[in-house]
Amino acid sequence: MEFNILVFCYLIGSVTFILGLKMLSNPATARKGNLVAAAGMAIAILGTIFLYEEGGVKLGNYGWIFSALVIGSVIGTLMAKRVQMTAMPEMVSLFNGMGGACAALISVIEFRHLMHGYDAATYASNGSSYFSSLDGTTMLIIFLGLIIGSVSFSGSMVAWGKLNGKLKDFAFPGQHIINLVILVLNLAIATFVIVARPEETPLFFYAIIVLSLLYGLFFVLPIGGADMPVVISLLNSFTGVAAACGGFLYDNKVMLTGGILVGAAGTLLTMLMCKAMNRSLSNVLIGSFGGGNAAAGAGPQGGTYKEISLSDAAVVMGYANKVMIVPGYGLAVAQAQHICHELEKALEAKGVEVKYAIHPVAGRMPGHMNVLLAEADVSYEKLLEMEVANEEFKTSDVVLILGANDVVNPAAKSDPSSPIYGMPILEVEQAKHVIVNKRSMKPGYAGIENQLFFQPKTSMLFGDAKKALQDLLAEIRSI
Amino acid sequence: MDQILHWIAAHQEMAYIVVLMIFVGIEIIGKVPSVLHTPLMSGANAIHGVVIIGAIIVMGKAEEGNVPALVLGFLAVILGTLNVVGGFVVTDRMLEMFKKKK
Repeated sequence: MEFNILVFCYLIGSVTFILGLKMLSNPATARKGNLVAAAGMAIAILGTIFLYEEGGVKLGNYGWIFSALVIGSVIGTLMAKRVQMTAMPEMVSLFNGMGGACAALISVIEFRHLMHGYDAATYASNGSSYFSSLDGTTMLIIFLGLIIGSVSFSGSMVAWGKLNGKLKDFAFPGQHIINLVILVLNLAIATFVIVARPEETPLFFYAIIVLSLLYGLFFVLPIGGADMPVVISLLNSFTGVAAACGGFLYDNKVMLTGGILVGAAGTLLTMLMCKAMNRSLSNVLIGSFGGGNAAAGAGPQGGTYKEISLSDAAVVMGYANKVMIVPGYGLAVAQAQHICHELEKALEAKGVEVKYAIHPVAGRMPGHMNVLLAEADVSYEKLLEMEVANEEFKTSDVVLILGANDVVNPAAKSDPSSPIYGMPILEVEQAKHVIVNKRSMKPGYAGIENQLFFQPKTSMLFGDAKKALQDLLAEIRSI
Repeated sequence: MDQILHWIAAHQEMAYIVVLMIFVGIEIIGKVPSVLHTPLMSGANAIHGVVIIGAIIVMGKAEEGNVPALVLGFLAVILGTLNVVGGFVVTDRMLEMFKKKK
């Protein structure tokens, strides 16, 4: 009967995954949903450890299993607890890579299992190839898990490195063709091995690992930072599919349901994110945002911009009726979300209405900025989504842009040659006055000039977001 | 090809689950506000940590003397645990921020 209890555990697991994801897509129930899924996961894991049996034999090596679980839990919790809110996206990418690596390792071990019978048995005696006796579908699943898991692993690691600034965008001419060649070669080898079963199967197996890792590397390297969330989401769904391969391999229903669920939901989420940026997925993957497009900024170049002093900025804002704050990654990097909330309170004490305009991809991921501002206790109702914000700009006296650039670049509407053309933006130029806080005149993440900075109603307030806001706050309090 | 068709016939249940889950996955996510994209991605990220179950099975089946299998399995379980535990904790931290709204 014990085995039936395990089936029941797996059923609970699958149901909690579905419920959890469902609850996660609603702000009111999201946190509970996460806990529900976690509880289901715990039940499925414990059930596997204690109840799983194959041919009447239970699992062994408890010492190894539990020490690995403890090590993983401790490191995972520490990393997750210590990470700065701003570094959240790369953390997700890192954990995703771990999952991909786990799936790939399972394939490696299972392949070694298949090979285990090789030297001992049949081959020498009856002369026929050992490999042709192997089950084709099992090999297919192992290879699929290996390829997808490896691509997801190396791709996620590159995305992680890029987001935390350790890796720069890197593209060389003909890269897409080389990528394609690697992918096709990889799939061709896998197909060849499964169909023909050559004696060199193990050699080819390791070649597939190398090629898959390379593909993940080259696949993500040229993609610009602004598109990283889409890539992470895509790799996330890859890992889901890799996990589902494991489900097929062990005839395991939770792995299958969990994996496919994430694969499907992740793919849709990827497309939703693309839609929020008004770009197609193929454009993101092949477009190599930022690389080679530098020429696009060479149109109506430069111009003159004017600076504004702190005291002037303070006066303009202090005597306004309505101020809209547009937070961007610069704010996040400077960890200035708390001081920004202080500024908001100081302005409100003077009777100024303050709201935040949140672009769907502000920060580094959709929703990232909301998380950061929520951390600083900014009230949820003050965060306006793009459509609402664009209406409110018309009645705003001052727009304060804090370290945002591409999401307020009018070129997205007016310049068809711009790489961000077509992306919905926050139409800040509809307000009476625009104050832009930036560290310098350097272009933003997409690497393009922003004409907004040269418009007559725009003034620049240079400096680190945190420092500038602190000084601004002091000025506002003194008027 | 024949083999694959055979295999699908022998694993009808699995094929059904795959198809149904694809629809469930799409249906569930359909109406998520963009504010929740990041936490949702993070939550889904934790859920695909179910691979750990495969890692545990592999680990548990490894014979005593098979050192490479033990070491690789050990590594796989650690990585899987990182994915699961880290994923859920990070998601919880993100969502905790949302709750503090007043």
